[in-house]
Amino acid sequence: MTQTLHSPLLLCLLLLTAWGIVGLAGLIRPASVAFAGRTLFPLGAVCGAAVAYVAATSLFAPAEQIVLSIGLPDLPVHLRLDSLSSAFLFLLGAAATGISIFAAGYFRRGEGTPPGLMCLQYHLFLASMGFVLLANDAYSFMLAWETMALSSYFLVTTQHRIPEIRSAGFLYLLIAHIGAIAILLSFGVMQGGSWQFTFDAMRAAQLDPAWATSAFLLALFGFGAKAGLVPMHVWLPEAHPAAPSPVSALMSGVMLKTALYGMLRVTFDLLGEPVWWWGLILLALGLFSALYGVIFAAAQTDMKRLLAYSSIENIGILFSGVGLAIVFAGTGMRIAASLALIAVLYHALNHAFMKSLLFLGTGAVLHATGERNLGRLGGLIHRMPWVAWLTLVGALAIAGLPPLNGFVSEWLLLQSFLFASEVPQAFVNMLLPLGAALLVLAAALAGYVMVKFFGVIFLGQPREAALQEAHDAGIAERAGLAWLAVGCVLLGLLPAQVIALLSRVIQPLGFSGLPLDDGSWWLLVPLPQRQISYAPLVFFAVILVVIVLTIAAVRFFYHQRVRRSDPWDCGFGRLNSRMQDTAEGFGQPIRHLFTPFFAMARELPSAFDPAPRYRVVIGDRIWRGLYLPLGRLVRRIADAVAWLQQGRISTYLLYSFVTLVTLLALML
Amino acid sequence: MNMTALPFDLQLLNTLAALLLLLSFAMLSQRRIVTLINLLAVQGALLCIATLLLAWRTGAGHLYLSAGLTLALKVIFLPWLLHRLIRKLGVYWDTEPLLNTTGTMLVGVLIVVFSFGLAQPISALASTATRNSIGIAVAVVLIAFLTMITRRKAMSQVVGFLSMENGLFFGAMSATYGMPMIVEFGVALDVLVAMLVLGVFFFQIREQFDSLDLQHLESLKEDQ
Amino acid sequence: MTALFDWLAQILGILAAVLAAPLFLGWVNQCRAWLQNKSAPSILQPYRGIRKLFHKDAVIAANASQLFRLAPYMVFGAMVTAAAIIPSVATRLPFTQAADAIALVGLFATARVFVSLAAMDVGTAFGTLGARREMMIGFLAEPALLMIIFVASLISATTALPRISELLATQSLALYPSLAFTAVAFTMVLLAENARIPIDNPATHLELTMIHEALLLEYSARHLALMEWAAALKLFNYVCIGFALFVPWGLATSQAPLALALSSLFLGAKLVLAGAGIALIETVSAKLRVFRAPEFLATAFLFAVLGLLVRLLLGT
Repeated sequence: MTQTLHSPLLLCLLLLTAWGIVGLAGLIRPASVAFAGRTLFPLGAVCGAAVAYVAATSLFAPAEQIVLSIGLPDLPVHLRLDSLSSAFLFLLGAAATGISIFAAGYFRRGEGTPPGLMCLQYHLFLASMGFVLLANDAYSFMLAWETMALSSYFLVTTQHRIPEIRSAGFLYLLIAHIGAIAILLSFGVMQGGSWQFTFDAMRAAQLDPAWATSAFLLALFGFGAKAGLVPMHVWLPEAHPAAPSPVSALMSGVMLKTALYGMLRVTFDLLGEPVWWWGLILLALGLFSALYGVIFAAAQTDMKRLLAYSSIENIGILFSGVGLAIVFAGTGMRIAASLALIAVLYHALNHAFMKSLLFLGTGAVLHATGERNLGRLGGLIHRMPWVAWLTLVGALAIAGLPPLNGFVSEWLLLQSFLFASEVPQAFVNMLLPLGAALLVLAAALAGYVMVKFFGVIFLGQPREAALQEAHDAGIAERAGLAWLAVGCVLLGLLPAQVIALLSRVIQPLGFSGLPLDDGSWWLLVPLPQRQISYAPLVFFAVILVVIVLTIAAVRFFYHQRVRRSDPWDCGFGRLNSRMQDTAEGFGQPIRHLFTPFFAMARELPSAFDPAPRYRVVIGDRIWRGLYLPLGRLVRRIADAVAWLQQGRISTYLLYSFVTLVTLLALML
Repeated sequence: MNMTALPFDLQLLNTLAALLLLLSFAMLSQRRIVTLINLLAVQGALLCIATLLLAWRTGAGHLYLSAGLTLALKVIFLPWLLHRLIRKLGVYWDTEPLLNTTGTMLVGVLIVVFSFGLAQPISALASTATRNSIGIAVAVVLIAFLTMITRRKAMSQVVGFLSMENGLFFGAMSATYGMPMIVEFGVALDVLVAMLVLGVFFFQIREQFDSLDLQHLESLKEDQ
Repeated sequence: MTALFDWLAQILGILAAVLAAPLFLGWVNQCRAWLQNKSAPSILQPYRGIRKLFHKDAVIAANASQLFRLAPYMVFGAMVTAAAIIPSVATRLPFTQAADAIALVGLFATARVFVSLAAMDVGTAFGTLGARREMMIGFLAEPALLMIIFVASLISATTALPRISELLATQSLALYPSLAFTAVAFTMVLLAENARIPIDNPATHLELTMIHEALLLEYSARHLALMEWAAALKLFNYVCIGFALFVPWGLATSQAPLALALSSLFLGAKLVLAGAGIALIETVSAKLRVFRAPEFLATAFLFAVLGLLVRLLLGT
């Protein structure tokens, strides 16, 4: 028992199992919302906090591994906890805590999956993500990976009576499985002829460059599909809005990061030394995804779809950072690679908090109003002040504004882009810094998207009369939102501490970390020789002091009188809420400027139409150009194979017989 | 930091090269033909200064001559001719370019990247002190080409053509300290004659179609 | 002791910037009036406007939220903090340890987001329209500015603005062709970000084309005063960024009173010239249609990117 308490790995294992048990407990009273909500989800949240705590402490412990002889004979489960796993476990635990607290107040009685069953799926989802991070052999990794995919599939299709949700779930499952096959193949390549599928064997295997590259590309495809990297992103904007908000938050905030974890694990740990030009592929895909995601996010009118596209953007930023790190690592620039990797991990952590916060915020709005369409929302800051202000924190953070957390990781990533001109490869070193241009463009567009998101939902006048009856979120929901918002603020204000920790995280990937200047705790000096520094606390304090002084000065020298009146209407006199800019309108400049990205179909009313109707349908060119032809191809092949199905038993027996004979002939 | 290693006159030359490129981009995004011609004149002036600088640096006498030629032809005579043509023809604006400005500029940026990639091996071979600017010369030529492609009015195409010649001239200068005098004279004469012929052409085109929009030329093709 | 003195000098510098900003705006307006053959208002006119506004009673729309009342302070605070980062007189600024040029751009973005959100808060057609246009300009101007700074950072291998200025100012006889591109881009960004012609006309309330005024339509009295003051400060800050990047000569590298006085004189001279320059550009150019604004800014962004390319390709 004492040994258990001293071993973070066993503790983690215990906590993950506890999640499983909490989930199973849901089956005791499957129909009871109160039991799941008041008892089980809070318990899950406690487990989450414990996981985060254990993971944080295990950052300082050496890596440890165990072999559990459960499951199939001769196929024991290998588990390992090193600081990379710890970092992602921390992300999982910390985000899950907030989300579970929120979920405790979120689920209501309704059609769809009964709450007890949902509780099981939810906690299985959490536990399987934990096991993905702990797995140390291909079998257990794939087992956990598939459990994660399946449990999240069931969660996505909670409202399975709605056909769109069923098809969204199907698309998700399909792409998840195609990705899983690629990952499996990648493991198959990486074992390098030893036929040992433990990660240790893969680390030891010496692959020749062609095989290593194919393993990398397969992993990129597999994990990229899970992460939602363009062009494998199509499932994401379908599945995220379909799922209940806490599940969307988990999928976007945490599950996408497991793909990032897999990518990091394979590239830097299992494959050993990455080849520098792999990074270029990742960089190109990542930057394209970032831009693509944010441009589509700006054009969305469904608040959850908007956030889903924003997730694609952030995944793009993460993967471009990984790509940059690969280029640096492959050309021997260890410090620059460390900086880029730390930026990636930091951003992953940030995104887990910010995006979960925003998704939960939309969940609260959805509950209060029953609306996901931005065109029917508005003015909610008056009815739902808690949700509005907490969501504002997330929106400002994801827009990359200082002193919140989104800014820190973008700052780090930009700093590492400044190294790109020192890459020894000629010409490449000239092109890489251009990536920074795309990155900042995406970041600035994120600000645009977030103003649209927050402004249209919470500000202005309510666009529907029913919104006047909207109610603020309950205590549990507020607490969940507050947890994540506080996380955003802390991650933003204490970057020096976080980076000191993340410097430990990248050690198993073969990096020594940054030459941090530990002079003062409030000042972040990532690279002393560059004379760059950032101190958000001082920064924040100065802004606050200026604001307070200004308010005081205005009050002291002048007055604080305020009179309320109607808004100025230019003498028109009949202003109403329909005259505000809509979500479509807000996206118009982006649609106009980036027209080639969209497949747009517009329906414009004529001037004499008595019932004018304006409609714009924004399609995804990649969906039409790649997926639909692919789908047709598959259908055609399937039709061709269908003639094998004759419906007569004897024919089927003949198939079996022929197969048997062929196999025997080949074997002997 | 390698900049500090370069002597000042070379820095100046590089700056002039960059300004040439800047002007090419300005021409790419400009839709007023009058401004376009002025930009062309400025480009010629920069070219002249660059030639003079290089002449002074290398002591090559023929470069002084070609600087003088540039001044006379590209800074004074051709812009004057073009301005006169504009006044006579009454075309001051090009219509909307075929691709919008942002798109054109974006293609221009890609062209710059491409030309520097292209110029790298040449730069490595060249022994001149100005080899860094070969890439810029290639870019100026290609961007001038792009200017011609995206315009409709014959006038802007001529300006693009002349800007292309500027780029070629600059490229020759950076790669080999200028072409032999005889070639240079030949090219100058060619340009001059081309201008005159085109000038006659303009009047003919306008007489035929009442406009200088080159889209009308499409109607000349044989119907299938 | 020196640290204390540094901070004191820094605070004085900020105060000077805050107080001098409307003067610069007054100067630009005056030049503009002269160039356009109008009789110019007094150079102190912006101060009078601000003072008048502070005395008035604030009228706020009935459905305005707390965000609406917070925004002016937030924007003003952001601009004052920005003034603390920019080396306008001296390069020894202790506060620049806390925030570099990227944070400066982030600060401008924060101010922009708050202005836009506040404009959306009341929910009138003009407010939301203004917010949309402001963000439209912002999402291109912000990366352009960042790229401009990036080029300077590549030259000096740091993103700390005072270090960049010091390096550029002290390197004798070094020409940076890349800075030619970025200077063009910067001028374009400066005009767009500060609501000047050709993007926006600060002198009119023409509803169909206005941006800055549309954002502030619902503000009155002290809130409006702060917003206007913040706008003046923003212009001042931008011009000072331009000085720091492109004409960094004359900055004081120590905190000696004499050096500071000399450098203030330099700054004054540069401001006089820059103000006249802005007025000249505004006079000779026509206002673009709003739909052309993204094209204008995309051009600025691409010029900045070109500057980056030239820097990398020429090695200069």
